[in-house]
Amino acid sequence: MSSFFSSKSKDLQNLINKYIDVVERCALVFEEGVRCYINWKEERFANYYKDMTSLENEADEHRHDIKFKLYSYMLIPESRGDVLGIIETLDDVVDVCKKVMEQLSIEQPDIPENLRPGYLELSELSSKTILELVKATRAFFTEIKLVENYINKVHFYEHEADKLEESLKRKIFEHRDIAYLSVKMHLRYFVEKIVLPSDMAESVAERLSVYVIKRRL
Amino acid sequence: MITSLVFLSSGIFLGWSLGANHAGIFWGTAVGTKMVRFKTAAILCSIFVVLGAVIGGSGASATLNKLGTIEHLAAAFTVALAAALTTYFMSRAGIPISTSQAIIGSIIGWNVYSHLITDYVVLVKIASTWVISPILTGITTYILFKIVQYFFNRTKMHMVQIDNFTRYGLILVGIFGSYALGANNIGNVMGVFVYSNPFMELNLFNIITLDPTKILFFVGGMAIAIGVATYSKKVISTIGNNLYKFSPITALIVVLSVSLTMFLFASSSIHDFLVSNGLPAFPLVPISASQAIIGSVIGLGLARKNVDVNFTQLRKILLGWVITPIFAFLISYISLYFIENVFLQIVN
Repeated sequence: MSSFFSSKSKDLQNLINKYIDVVERCALVFEEGVRCYINWKEERFANYYKDMTSLENEADEHRHDIKFKLYSYMLIPESRGDVLGIIETLDDVVDVCKKVMEQLSIEQPDIPENLRPGYLELSELSSKTILELVKATRAFFTEIKLVENYINKVHFYEHEADKLEESLKRKIFEHRDIAYLSVKMHLRYFVEKIVLPSDMAESVAERLSVYVIKRRL
Repeated sequence: MITSLVFLSSGIFLGWSLGANHAGIFWGTAVGTKMVRFKTAAILCSIFVVLGAVIGGSGASATLNKLGTIEHLAAAFTVALAAALTTYFMSRAGIPISTSQAIIGSIIGWNVYSHLITDYVVLVKIASTWVISPILTGITTYILFKIVQYFFNRTKMHMVQIDNFTRYGLILVGIFGSYALGANNIGNVMGVFVYSNPFMELNLFNIITLDPTKILFFVGGMAIAIGVATYSKKVISTIGNNLYKFSPITALIVVLSVSLTMFLFASSSIHDFLVSNGLPAFPLVPISASQAIIGSVIGLGLARKNVDVNFTQLRKILLGWVITPIFAFLISYISLYFIENVFLQIVN
């Protein structure tokens, strides 16, 4: 049966799968990287940052290949616009994850001891949102009826992340041991950065749910 | 011989018009969604229309001849011309019309002009297929949709693979549809010429002997093919984009249903098999693909529990159904008068 399909289609299928794998790894590296930063494991953080940079490059290459194959080989003409939309917006998620780690490594915010669990939980939630999005995207290509379930989870984790973001920001500004407004604003900035991947994952999920309606028979 | 060919020209024109109008039904979505290139579609459609006409065209054509047996070439020319003009004008108005109805209106015009009694049993048989064929196509679509939906919701096949299957599927059903169109509708194009056929039996290298009717149908099939190649792009874009929004998979279901219906109403072997087993058989009658597709769309709507049809376009089509036979009847009657009295040709 496999020989029935052209190698171009198989290529494209593999590329899409590889691309989704990269996004998944990026979510895991993001979570671990932020954890290492917060727990002062500088060397490990530096390694994760390096991993993240190469993952981002890998994602860009795959994205470029997918775009090229979709349009030059006339594959899935009906849904290629949608597929490209998903790939492009997933790429934004990867970019944001890399950006956050880059900023952590450059700006090195000093996170007070009692705020650390909040930051850790926030990065976990961001990562979980992306991981559910990854499942939803896989399902979109292979088992469309499952997509909605995963999208619901994306919404759930994103909402949890939003709630935590707000409470963490309040804690920062109510914190008695932080004397300078500039430090508070710097800490708040990183709260907003760490939650950003989950927000972007949610907007990809919204796109997906529209594409699911379009693909339904 | 040249005179004969001049008289055949109206049938050729009718075939051309049929090709221009009907390729869209079988290839519209495939081309409209860029699954298949127009060129590929036109080539495959042309080849299989000709094959369908030559191999399977006799059954449906014979029924048409029972309605009116036209023995003079000039009369056959006029009757086909009336039908051709009707379909041409309707097609210019952007209405996907029925050649079957045009030719029926035209033949009745000849019957009335020649003071012949129209065989109402045959007429009713033909007209009843106009009702049965869309219903049957609708039912087929409904069943096929449910089956495909069952598998689509359970499959773990990658989108790219499904797309690939759909692409091959659209080509296969397009081919089947083109064959069925040739077999079922060649009667509309060349049926009136069967009794005034100018062709002789042809022996090809002592291997194949083509009887005159087959040659006639071959010429008609070629005319349809030329219609597909030269003029079907506009109608393809109407069917593919304006009237109904088909995804490639639903297009696959719709085209397969329409093709199956046309095949059932054209296949002598299925007809004979059913009759020999004492089962009720489908009459072999040229049916209208544009009516069948409307049945299919309604079947699809029912299966999906939403009827997503552009009603303005639908009204335009229903209007065409009424206007087509009347228009063809009038043109046929008036033209026969002119052909007999002005051009002094024998028509009856």
